[in-house]
Amino acid sequence: MEVIHTDVLVIGGGLAGLRAALAARKRGQKVLILSLVPPKRSHSAAAQGGMQASLGNTAKGAGDNEDVHFEDTVRGSDWGADQEVARMFVHTAPKAVRELAAWGVPWNRVEAGPHEVIIDSQRVTLDEPQAAHGLIAARDFGGTKKWRTCYVSDGTGHAMLYAVSDQTVAENIPVHERMEAVSLIHDGVRCYGAIVRNLANGKLLAYVARATCIATGGFGRIYRATTNAVINEGIGAAIALETGVVPLANMEAVQFHPTAIFPAGILVTEGCRGDGGLLRDVDGHRFMPDYEPEKKELASRDVVSRRMEAHIRSGKGASNRFGEHLWLDITLLGEAHINGKLREVKEICQHFLGIDPARHWIPVRPAQHYSMGGIRTDAHGAAYGLRGLFACGEAACWDLHGFNRLGGNSVAETVVAGMIVGEAIADFCATPEGDMHVSTALVRDCWEHESARFADLAASRGTESASALLQRMQTIMSENVGIVRNGEALGAAVEELKTLLLRSWQIGLRSSSPGANPELTTAWRVQKMLKLALCVAHGALQRTESRGAHFRDDYPRRDDAQWLKRTLAYWRDPEQRVPTLEYEALDVRRMELPPGWRGYGARDAIEHPETARRQTEIEQIRARLADADRNAVQQALMPFRHLLPPHLRGPNARLEETA
Amino acid sequence: MISILHRKTGTLPPRRLCIQVLRHNPADPASVPHLQPYEIEEAEGMTLFIALNEIRAAQDPSVQFDFVCRAGICGSCAMLIDGRPGLACRTLTRDLGTTITLAPLPFFELIGDLSVNTGKWMRGTAERLQTWIHDATPVAIDTLETPMDPDLAEAIYELDRCIECGCCIAGCGTAQMREDFVGAIGLNKIARFRLDPRDQRSDDDFYELIGDDDGVFGCMSLLGCHDVCPKQLPLQTQIAYLRRKMAVIGFSS
Ligand SMILES: Cc1cc2nc3c(=O)[nH]c(=O)nc-3n(C[C@H](O)[C@H](O)[C@H](O)COP(=O)(O)OP(=O)(O)OC[C@H]3O[C@@H](n4cnc5c(N)ncnc54)[C@H](O)[C@@H]3O)c2cc1C
Repeated sequence: MEVIHTDVLVIGGGLAGLRAALAARKRGQKVLILSLVPPKRSHSAAAQGGMQASLGNTAKGAGDNEDVHFEDTVRGSDWGADQEVARMFVHTAPKAVRELAAWGVPWNRVEAGPHEVIIDSQRVTLDEPQAAHGLIAARDFGGTKKWRTCYVSDGTGHAMLYAVSDQTVAENIPVHERMEAVSLIHDGVRCYGAIVRNLANGKLLAYVARATCIATGGFGRIYRATTNAVINEGIGAAIALETGVVPLANMEAVQFHPTAIFPAGILVTEGCRGDGGLLRDVDGHRFMPDYEPEKKELASRDVVSRRMEAHIRSGKGASNRFGEHLWLDITLLGEAHINGKLREVKEICQHFLGIDPARHWIPVRPAQHYSMGGIRTDAHGAAYGLRGLFACGEAACWDLHGFNRLGGNSVAETVVAGMIVGEAIADFCATPEGDMHVSTALVRDCWEHESARFADLAASRGTESASALLQRMQTIMSENVGIVRNGEALGAAVEELKTLLLRSWQIGLRSSSPGANPELTTAWRVQKMLKLALCVAHGALQRTESRGAHFRDDYPRRDDAQWLKRTLAYWRDPEQRVPTLEYEALDVRRMELPPGWRGYGARDAIEHPETARRQTEIEQIRARLADADRNAVQQALMPFRHLLPPHLRGPNARLEETA
Repeated sequence: MISILHRKTGTLPPRRLCIQVLRHNPADPASVPHLQPYEIEEAEGMTLFIALNEIRAAQDPSVQFDFVCRAGICGSCAMLIDGRPGLACRTLTRDLGTTITLAPLPFFELIGDLSVNTGKWMRGTAERLQTWIHDATPVAIDTLETPMDPDLAEAIYELDRCIECGCCIAGCGTAQMREDFVGAIGLNKIARFRLDPRDQRSDDDFYELIGDDDGVFGCMSLLGCHDVCPKQLPLQTQIAYLRRKMAVIGFSS
């Protein structure tokens, strides 16, 4: 058994993992990163549209600040977000974007003077102030009051990931590529690292660490139609779940993106609509204003996706031989704009559809896109249940996004959370608790247990096929646990997924090639993915309300009285077939922004008994501090700065405020 | 992609494709490199990503290949497609003949079948060429960012779009002869950081990194890189420009 020791083990080389690793490294920790693929190939590279941060440099961003970003984020989350975390996030996002600028991200910059844009299908001339010339620009995105999404053409994630990855090279942080964490080393109280499989030769190793951070991204591949990369299988979340003591939170909160090209599921960015693109139906009619007169195409993603599916069901879908879809029209943006600011979109349309988006409409249909749920952590990224275990990025439920994430808030979350959680990891390592007394027997037990599992699976003569089970699971999830849900379909999904889980214990392999046999890899993963699918489906079945991306047509109202709480899914007994669900209430009495109408979508929520009281209290505080500045008011409503590391507490400079 | 090349589907029966994969598993002492043919039925809009996954799911679960984003963005799936380096995920089978030959990218360490270790090579290149912004001043995160000319930002992005797929190296005459040649990818990175005013390195510093035959003077201007770059980076002009700049340093030192 080969054992590798380090202070900090970061599992995941996407934006979140790399940024957390850098933070811990800069505090003097010995850090090591594991990744399935070279880090620059992580799915963060695929983020196109941009990163939200309230710099307020542009004409349409004027007046933006942390307060506006905070409200947009909480409304977007349909009040599922942890508001303290949302505050920490909006406060740190401008710092993160400026740090990335210094690290070389070529953010698009403001060009002073008049320029033409398309807003609500009209040509409008905006005049950018001279003082802002050369500062970081921003585009419009769904669910935001201001143009706040900083961008690098439509290759934002690529540019960010390369800059951050290059920083880890500069800091000499080793990345062990083609390595998959297959279980956590723990004793039920503390985590000591992970058992890891080398995907090039199939060998198992033990990585022993004082602190372990899971940053393995989302789990979109449990669905059939998804914008996610093929490596987004959620194994990081699954191995946390399998400890039996770490819960996954809000797994039923799954986001569907309105504009995935049909049928391939490849994303074209929300920036298409942000920059003025329209959604059209079979008749060429622009239908979104009929449903959402205020935000139109730029309501939040859950709302737009739902409206699109409803429009298709009403018989207005266009169709091709693969099925029904709608159209995304960006022809009105013109060739120059598309060539400059939407070039990935252009390439995708050329290569996968054989069309030129400057001249043809793009066939689109909503597809799974983002996992709001994940490993439940506190505001510092410490996982519930195991000391020494942390999580950040899409793999975590830090709970910035609640039941719906705003576009542009995710890549922003990865770097912001990386900055904060990496710091917390270093703090942890500096305390006596961070010292480690791990018994070699425990490490050996974990390694032997995992080795036996792989050996058994490799030798299995079972009759089930891993790829058949995988495909069936993906179909069930897309059909029964998708955009519009109901008790009957969800119940059927849970039953069948339970059967699939049983069947997955009978998987037999057809091949036995030495090294890292890809069939063995799939067989092993599918058992884990089924558990995640069950957390999503079972959580959705039990949640008898509609909130954000979780929509049930048998319970169409948001029910704050019953359901203003976070789902925690545990898998305590390896033999159990469905997760044990527990709930964690959100405290209205401490909210800065108590539940209300989002500004789009339905407005018929069932009120929480505390909401009115908290609202009155807030109004009193605001009245009392009528002359105070916005920071003092905010501080009185819901203090959060103490939760941030000291070097991230300072105020953010803005053009308007410095002028 | 020119649309005339696209075969009309519709009434014609689907084609039978023969996909030949160059198989070799270095982890298996008994393995000998050989071409293995797989027959599949073509479907509309089929890419090599779809075809290879179908082969793995239905015919041979042991075939090794690498896909990640499957959208032409991450650079994982570069391979030789009928002898030419390209991204498999966005190659449509309808643009190819009925017999398609797939081989791993040459030059890089073979992991198995179509899977090669580009990651290790890219990390080595990043360390060697120090592909990060060199600026000793501490990053100020609370103040306004330093302004940058909008056109300059776009010009940097133009060079920043490299996805490190390795196609340029596989298409490079020099790389076949000089193991340590940094290739178009390395030279493009230097051009990118040289253009960036945030990087404090001088031309003398860059000369140290690429001013020899393993760097910019090793390029024979055969332009194999330029022709195969899936992101259509302006490699030809960038390398020529860099060579002129570096030659000046070379003469003056
Ligand atoms: C097509 C697309 C476009 C998007 N566009 C935007 C956008 O414009 N703006 C925005 O804000 N958000 C966007 N998002 C969302 C955003 O990109 C992701 O949420 C974010 O990048 C996730 O980053 P991450 O670091 O958490 O995970 P990832 O980048 O997915 O990285 C996960 C890492 O974990 C590693 N890993 C996984 N499992 C294991 C394991 N078991 N062992 C070892 N390593 C493992 C992987 O190798 C990888 O390095 C988009 C998402 C998609 C799918």
